[in-house]
Amino acid sequence: MASYMLRRLIGSVIVMWAVATLVFFMLRLVPGDPIAAMLADAGGPDEIEAMKRSLGLDRSVFVQYVIWFQNMLQGDLGNSIYGSRVAVTSVLSEAIPRTLSLSLLAFVIALAIAVPAGILSATRRNSATDTTVSLFAFLGLSMPDFWLAILLIIVFAANLQWLPAIGYVPLAEGFWPWLRHLILPAIAIGTAFSAIIARMIRSSLLEVLKADYMRTARAKGLTPWMVMFGHALPNAMIPVITVIGIAFALLISGAVVVENVFAIKGLGRVLIEGILNRDYPVVQGAVLVVSAIFVFSNLIVDLLYGVIDPRIRLN
Amino acid sequence: MVDTSQALEMVQPKRRSRFHATLAQDRKAQAGLLVLALFVIGAIFAPLLAPFDPNAMTLDMMSGLSWTHPLGTDDLGRDLLSRILHGTRVSLFIGVSTVAIALAIGIVLGLVAGYFGGWLDFVIMRYIDLQWAFPNFIIAVYLVAVFGTGLLNVIVALSLAFVDDFARVARSMTLTLREEQYVDAARTLGFSKARTLFIHILPNAVAPIIVQATVSVSYAILGEASLSFLGLGVDAYTPTWGLILADGRGFITQAWWLGVFPGLAIMLVVLAINFVGDWLRDALDVRQALDG
Repeated sequence: MASYMLRRLIGSVIVMWAVATLVFFMLRLVPGDPIAAMLADAGGPDEIEAMKRSLGLDRSVFVQYVIWFQNMLQGDLGNSIYGSRVAVTSVLSEAIPRTLSLSLLAFVIALAIAVPAGILSATRRNSATDTTVSLFAFLGLSMPDFWLAILLIIVFAANLQWLPAIGYVPLAEGFWPWLRHLILPAIAIGTAFSAIIARMIRSSLLEVLKADYMRTARAKGLTPWMVMFGHALPNAMIPVITVIGIAFALLISGAVVVENVFAIKGLGRVLIEGILNRDYPVVQGAVLVVSAIFVFSNLIVDLLYGVIDPRIRLN
Repeated sequence: MVDTSQALEMVQPKRRSRFHATLAQDRKAQAGLLVLALFVIGAIFAPLLAPFDPNAMTLDMMSGLSWTHPLGTDDLGRDLLSRILHGTRVSLFIGVSTVAIALAIGIVLGLVAGYFGGWLDFVIMRYIDLQWAFPNFIIAVYLVAVFGTGLLNVIVALSLAFVDDFARVARSMTLTLREEQYVDAARTLGFSKARTLFIHILPNAVAPIIVQATVSVSYAILGEASLSFLGLGVDAYTPTWGLILADGRGFITQAWWLGVFPGLAIMLVVLAINFVGDWLRDALDVRQALDG
């Protein structure tokens, strides 16, 4: 197990290094150089020279890379070149908790819907319940998350006025204010995720229910409840967990879009504003953090998978 | 050994009848095909069907649903139905062309990696795995940040973001087919590697690729809509579904139709493609190939 974990950890570090390197060189070597476009916004030739010097752009790309990499390892991602020119790390450290709380809440809501829905439609296969669940799953998969966000605002914020349409309140200012601001965006992001998981649980559970050990469990007189939660569900969850790992990425990319609808200044809003303002230090930093979240959550899923399924770690 | 033409006769009618039989039973697929056909007609004949110029501003601002403006007008008095109809062209065009490019690049990478193996396979697949670790949409956003906005850049960004999906399917099919006897035969006959790959392996790998392509069109349409919605799309003047929603977002409390109909169009197309994709998956019997 230890060597398996170590291998996966080293793999993740290599992926992060490759991503950081790709992100760095693409911004500088692609034709129509976005850095040049950014500099053109700075003003006259003197301002451009000054900015080039302050960003280290007067040196060779390779030297820039080494310096940038060293700084990054020390937690310095440079400064925003827009507005008040704050440090990129301080912009990101404000944004990260917002995106993470949004994604985690979406995750919880989605599972709370998907698990019972998946179990119900598998145990009552081809019933009206099953058809309804499958129809909602199709709708959830086909609805653009930002559109669902707009619909939720129209209904729950504009008309019923139950929940706020925009903004974010930190958890430190109370659970309810935090939840009130996040619940609509979390539903908007979590719906597609929930649809994927419900479908996955259904098909995985249908496979497991056919297994011989299920017949044995029933034959030895276990209650349906015990059969389901003691034998069927734990086995059915193994493939679901991999999908959860893949789908967690979906939540983060959902957050990138939906944060912009609800004016929540998380990683997504920071990233998009950075792109629209041509603020490349910020874009670079936001992309790195988002990538790190993916790589890290994939790592966790892999390790979890190794814990649950011994065949994986021994292979 | 069975003669190939005989074998084909045995297989072909069966596959065709399976195609028809599954479609006859599948109400969702029928509805999906119908909806898709309507959108394609709408896209092709948009200039004829649209009652107004999609960009013509009038003083009839944010007026609700009426006979003149069946879906209402926006804050600049533009007819929403006409804008959505013209948006259909952009959405479908980007969806299909993105997948066509991603498919072409992905298939070549996957075929080459799977067939030749060795260091070529190693290099290609390490890159594909790297891209696979990240959601297509995030990759597309970053590529738009690098290349800039505009029709061509959006298509390039989305296509590159989808390459890994096709490369993986093509590679796994090639690995399986490489061991088949008819591929051996082609090699023994001294056919060129290109001919073996494209004439003998590719046609037999086509079913899972079709299914993957169908599903990818729906993702590409969603991706384009999201990019346009964020202001990273085609441009500020071409009506696209995502842009119409972004433009209307500030007015949804007064004019709900601006927030509802453009999104409904996106959902209908994506839902229709998903229904068709599900049917193709069953009809072409490729569930295993895609999962494996």
